[in-house]
Amino acid sequence: MYRDYVEPAWSAPQLLLIALLLVPALGAIVVALAPAARSRLVAGAFATVTFVLSVLPILMRPNDFGWFAYGPADRPPLVPWIDLDLPWVPALGLEFHLGVDGVSYPLIVLTGLLTALCCAYTKKKGLAALLLVLEVGVLGTFLALDLILFFLFFEVVLLPMYAVIAGWGGPNRRAAARKFVLYTLAGSVLLLLGVLLVVTKAGTGDLILLTGSPHLDRTTQYAAFALLAVAFAVKAPLWPLHTWLPDAHTEAPTVGSVILAGVLLKMGTYGLIRVGLGVAPDGAAWASPVLGILAVIAIIVGALICLRQTELKRLIAYSSVGHMGFVLLGIATLSVAGIQAALLGNIAHGLITGLLFFLAGTIKDRAGTGSLNQLSGLRETAPRLAALLGFAAIASLGLPGLAGFWGEAFAVIAAVDRGGPFWLTLAAVAAIGGALTAAYFLRLLRRVTHGPATPEVRSLSPAITGTEWLAWSPLILLTLAIGVAPALVLSDTAQPLTTLLGIRP
Amino acid sequence: MSVDVAGPLLPLVPLLLGLIGLALPPGDGDRNRRRLAAGIGVTGAAVALLLAFRLVLDPAQSSDGWDTGLTLAVIGDLEVRFSTLVDAAAAYVALAVTAVALCVQIYSITYLHDDPRYAPYAAQVSLFTGAMLLVVAGSDLILMLIGWEVMGACSYLLIGHDRRLPEAPAAAVKAFLVTRIGDIGFLLGIAVLVADAKSTYLPDVLAHDYSPGTLTAALLLILAGVAGKSAQFPLHTWLPDAMAGPTPISALIHAATMVAAGVYVVFRLFPLYAQSPAALATLAVMASVTILIGALSATAQDDLKRVLAWSTVSQIGYMTGALAVGSPAAALFHLLTHAAFKALLFLAAGAVIHAVGTNLLSRMGGLRPHMPVTFWSFAIGLGALAGLPPLSGFWSKENVLTAAAHATEGGETAPAWAAWLVWLAALLSVGVTAWYATRLFLRAFFGPSRAPGPYGPAWEVGFDDARYQVPAAPHDPPAPMRWPLILLAIPAALLGLAAFAPGFRTALELDDPHLGVAVALPMLLLATGAGTAWWLWWAVPGADPALALGRAGPFLAAGFRLDDVQHRLVVRPAEALARWATTGDTRIVDAAVMGTGTGTSRAGDALKEAHRLPLPAAAVAVCAAALLLGAIAWWGA
Repeated sequence: MYRDYVEPAWSAPQLLLIALLLVPALGAIVVALAPAARSRLVAGAFATVTFVLSVLPILMRPNDFGWFAYGPADRPPLVPWIDLDLPWVPALGLEFHLGVDGVSYPLIVLTGLLTALCCAYTKKKGLAALLLVLEVGVLGTFLALDLILFFLFFEVVLLPMYAVIAGWGGPNRRAAARKFVLYTLAGSVLLLLGVLLVVTKAGTGDLILLTGSPHLDRTTQYAAFALLAVAFAVKAPLWPLHTWLPDAHTEAPTVGSVILAGVLLKMGTYGLIRVGLGVAPDGAAWASPVLGILAVIAIIVGALICLRQTELKRLIAYSSVGHMGFVLLGIATLSVAGIQAALLGNIAHGLITGLLFFLAGTIKDRAGTGSLNQLSGLRETAPRLAALLGFAAIASLGLPGLAGFWGEAFAVIAAVDRGGPFWLTLAAVAAIGGALTAAYFLRLLRRVTHGPATPEVRSLSPAITGTEWLAWSPLILLTLAIGVAPALVLSDTAQPLTTLLGIRP
Repeated sequence: MSVDVAGPLLPLVPLLLGLIGLALPPGDGDRNRRRLAAGIGVTGAAVALLLAFRLVLDPAQSSDGWDTGLTLAVIGDLEVRFSTLVDAAAAYVALAVTAVALCVQIYSITYLHDDPRYAPYAAQVSLFTGAMLLVVAGSDLILMLIGWEVMGACSYLLIGHDRRLPEAPAAAVKAFLVTRIGDIGFLLGIAVLVADAKSTYLPDVLAHDYSPGTLTAALLLILAGVAGKSAQFPLHTWLPDAMAGPTPISALIHAATMVAAGVYVVFRLFPLYAQSPAALATLAVMASVTILIGALSATAQDDLKRVLAWSTVSQIGYMTGALAVGSPAAALFHLLTHAAFKALLFLAAGAVIHAVGTNLLSRMGGLRPHMPVTFWSFAIGLGALAGLPPLSGFWSKENVLTAAAHATEGGETAPAWAAWLVWLAALLSVGVTAWYATRLFLRAFFGPSRAPGPYGPAWEVGFDDARYQVPAAPHDPPAPMRWPLILLAIPAALLGLAAFAPGFRTALELDDPHLGVAVALPMLLLATGAGTAWWLWWAVPGADPALALGRAGPFLAAGFRLDDVQHRLVVRPAEALARWATTGDTRIVDAAVMGTGTGTSRAGDALKEAHRLPLPAAAVAVCAAALLLGAIAWWGA
């Protein structure tokens, strides 16, 4: 046996992992049963508790992590901060294996934060309950260290999101929700195939065992990576598998868009790093040029399409395609720097696009329209709202000193570092995409904030309520904080990433 | 306070105060709130000025430092640190930046006295200053990149500040985008340097041994960014349009921040440029074209601020030209004198605009008796701009010309033909500069007044149409606007003499000043240019000397129509690409997805229909299927 079974004497950190999943699940039930008048308070409380729990793993972080923490060769090199491993369905090889490490921790905190903010923001009971269900699925995905468990959590997210869009969305919500669920389900089928292929060939679904140790032969790796990459590319989304995204975002309610952009898309990129690279490193090396090309196309095409959008939320949705392109470019370089850039890009995009969707939703709700042709002169009537929109847009275009910069700049630097004409070209095209990103965000600001005020804008109420400040200010502050000190996100990623990439020190 | 503390504080103080200022509640009417915003802005600039003084007195040695920084991120094998290295040259530039910033902050309090959005304005000026100081002081390439881009964003915000000018938002977007296009190169250039040296620390990068190809590629890429920020051909087109910003902002952009940043970065990286003849030759061509385009375009402008804007384009060309011929000291000297006289000129222009309510030279005239302080400010500023001895611009321009003439003899890194190009362009443009400076001076301050009739000016200064009254007669500005002029006039007049001060000279590594026969040629050109302008003005009273340009006039006024070229070559193709991308996305990519969905539904419908067959047909189908299955089973067995 490769592991001693320690009978239920669970340590406090392991209980923490269980609580991270149980609290929101319990919260969802309580919110669903609670009277509608109290739902916001209850949901907010449960989500806040989850958020606090999600921050706690940092305390369990081993101090002396370093190159020398590596033991003899038979010890698994990927050492999570917290590790919880229970047998669940032995017949399927399914274990209830959870863990936190430097790669997943920032995303777990981001999930906790955004869900808490959204629960505090929305007044609708059903929506809040669904958000908590979503949180269980997302946290589970980021925590899972077993492939089949990962797949299960990955799927838990799907139907609540469908319900969020179909239940509380805009006028075309049904079509958008259907497109979202069918498209991502198709991706999930591939994910299931990939997971089963890996599990049957390797004989285990344990990600710690699979990572960095050659369980799979080359052909299997190629096939597995192809299946997994396409599945995750749908979720991320990577051009040309992105077309579910604009419809879903445009129709989803504000909090739905925030969670969708802020957290759900990250499941794709996280999966690609944790599962794709971890399980099939040779497959990743084989496919990385293709991934790089698609990522760069996504950057350019996403930006170009944004230049022609006339709907506020749709524009922001398409901007996600470009931003995730930078993240995927970082991953495609298969270097520690590139993947760190990708992780930073993930977090930054979650914060900034979350903020953008909050603001866009507010403007759209108050003005009664999201059409850029009817919105103008916001700074005349609502200077604070215009200033916040300006901040979010400038952050999103990758201004240095704010969170968005590091992921994009270092994706480019990592590509240059990779060397050779191919990667240099990709870097150059991605940098041009950065300029195009500036172009469409400035176009957005010029349309919405500058110029004379339109009747729609004149009629909107300029005040920002306490709830809105509560929901937005953490995002603003974190955008600044991570922009100044990206070490907040990257503090403990180098070691797990070297393991993932199979670089031996 | 030691250098280790003062260095990092230099950019941090204005940046932090700027952020605090941005967080102030908006809204007008409340005088206390306004006072607070002004206080924060002025404090930031004043503290930074004191720190810069401190650093000038005792600058860091280039051997100091890497360990003092604070680690911001470790990405891959690159460690990005907040580390500063304020050597003597950096300290002088910081001094110029902070002095101009302080003048601008004080001046703005009065200039924007009726602007309800003064508070964010003052905060953005602080941020702008802090970002420039980050470029000046930072010793980490990524840190410089941060300051570099934050400046771009601040310029965007400030140029678009004036809500009453319909062209302001477009000018702001243009400024940001054109510089951002240059920054594609800047980012890639830094990426190449950093990836090869495996370090982001400036001294490490400077000491690294690059292969010639890599080095030239990286330096050329960085030059693209420099062309954007420092308004060099072909990316200079944003600068004249940026005049839509409030006049103090023009002073800030032209004198202290933004356009100076590009020159400064080349100066900072000069040990690398000195190894690459190709990069220097490119810089020389860029500089020569820019000097001439800027000077010639300035001759035909009717807008007072646009004359000054084009003159900046041309003067920055002198600085990059000096860098190209291998004399970074001359470039830096001209940067410092230019900072003084250009800030003076813009603030004085603000005073003129404040008084007469128009930007247009064709509506000015005869201002001299009414505005003596402004008049003398202009006299000193324009004299320095044209290079009139003994004003500051004369000495620094002489230095540039001497350096170029020296480099034509060969032996420098830059090829001799490039030096000839710079020398000729710089020399010719001395005459042109004298011509347009004289024209501006005469048109604004002498002759009869051409102020508009009894119905008031067409264009009012200030931000509230209803309240603003045109003064009965133009007058000098109130004290908070007057004192910055007087203070800036001192360095604009005398800074050139600093070349005789040994301490200053060694700090900049400047050559000894020597006035030889070589001075005669530029002086002759200066006299010719100024004399021609005066003669044209005097011969036909009331006529614009620019009319003598004939049909070239409108062409020059439009800046050689390079805006149209840029529109045709960049904007339109980008728009066409965007159109294709959008169409492709809906017609091909999404249509394939939707088609799959529709196809599946149709197939389902067809199968459903198939199941509704009448009984005989169904029986036949079942038998046929059974036969088929049987056949397969038999064949397989």
